[in-house]
Amino acid sequence: MSVGTYSLPALPYAYDALEPSISAQIMELHHSKHHQTYVTNLNNAIKTYASAVSSNDIAGQIALQAAIKFNGGGHINHSLFWENLSPASSPDADPSSAPLLIAEINKVWGSLDGFKAAFTKTLLGLQGSGWGWLVKDAQGLRIVSTKDQDPIVGGEVPIFGVDMWEHAYYLQYLNGKAAYVENIWKVINWKTAETRFQGGAADAFKVLKASI
Amino acid sequence: MSALFRTAPALRAGLRASAAKPIAAMASTTFVRGKATLPDLAYDYGALEPYINGTIMELHHSKHHQTYVNGLNSAVEAIEEAKAKNDLATAAAQAPLLNFHGGGHINHTLFWENLAPNGKGGGGEPEGKLLTAINEDFGSFDALKKQTNAALAGIQGSGWAWLVKDKTSGTLGVVTRLNQDPVTGNLEPLLGIDAWEHAYYLQYQNRKAEYFSAIWEVVNWGTVAKRFEK
Ligand SMILES: [Fe+2]
Repeated sequence: MSVGTYSLPALPYAYDALEPSISAQIMELHHSKHHQTYVTNLNNAIKTYASAVSSNDIAGQIALQAAIKFNGGGHINHSLFWENLSPASSPDADPSSAPLLIAEINKVWGSLDGFKAAFTKTLLGLQGSGWGWLVKDAQGLRIVSTKDQDPIVGGEVPIFGVDMWEHAYYLQYLNGKAAYVENIWKVINWKTAETRFQGGAADAFKVLKASI
Repeated sequence: MSALFRTAPALRAGLRASAAKPIAAMASTTFVRGKATLPDLAYDYGALEPYINGTIMELHHSKHHQTYVNGLNSAVEAIEEAKAKNDLATAAAQAPLLNFHGGGHINHTLFWENLAPNGKGGGGEPEGKLLTAINEDFGSFDALKKQTNAALAGIQGSGWAWLVKDKTSGTLGVVTRLNQDPVTGNLEPLLGIDAWEHAYYLQYQNRKAEYFSAIWEVVNWGTVAKRFEK
């Protein structure tokens, strides 16, 4: 069985492009070290998994599932995250770039501010490492939180995610995670969010296909 | 666990002015409530350098641990209020917060005590009965360190690794706990190592293996031995 190899996607902007919301030092470590480690460990896990499949080693396959979920989730989450951020100076960072999504948000939460308050509450309520996501499913828009690197793979469409692992903000904000959340609103890529809102789950994950 | 609460008399608001009265005389007009407080460290913030730097220690103790203490007190308060109204559903809804903040307070309190400055109680090797037990259950002190570091590296997210003693058999083992879940039940926590990123990130960034290998230089084996022999 031949297996694909996943690779670290290039960022669509420079490491310092999200300053002052997120410092260049954080972005560089987060992308070139943390994300890279998920990619490396994912590739190792699926290679071992493939040989467990070809040798009919079911116990070996089961034993690898946690590593695949964690590292595969880390790769998926970070890939989606980079794309749903944008330099604050870009028109993409303006909510007016997402007219259809904002209309739906207004319907569900009353206003963009009402939505932001609900999303912020979810982010700050996480106990430990994890993510907050705005997702779309058959019922409409929802805010969900996921622990560690659990990915959104239950059929929902991830619209945008915010990384609440301490490595995402600690060098700049220390224990002040509320300030990180406040500032990340300035660099949300609403254009990407609008595109994902109009598409399906498969579209959102397109960037993630392995290269052989 | 009760040792983690310092009992403080809390006066009913209307009686604050008479706080000078002897406690016994006020028995009928006060209630006593156990309130968690941030314990002092037995060493300076910079005392664990170069293994853990002073900035990390200060933030970790005065900010992170303090937040768990505050969260624990609010959870307990909310439970007491709900209980007074016989609102058991609201009391039960506090369980995750109680576990998270209560665990955070317990874990960090144990952690500070099982660390000490290198050469002043920290580092070196376990001795006596503890060392004998480690040799029996792990093969060697080196094997214990290896097993603990592998457990720490394997934590997927935030959490802790603990050297524990099984209360029934007395056997030692290494376990991990997610987030702030405390070690409970039949396991006695002897040595805890915080694997949350806030415990090392300012100094080690993504190189967490370096933190896991450095922390052995500041483990207080005297504390661990005392917990083991209890
Ligand atoms: Fe901690």
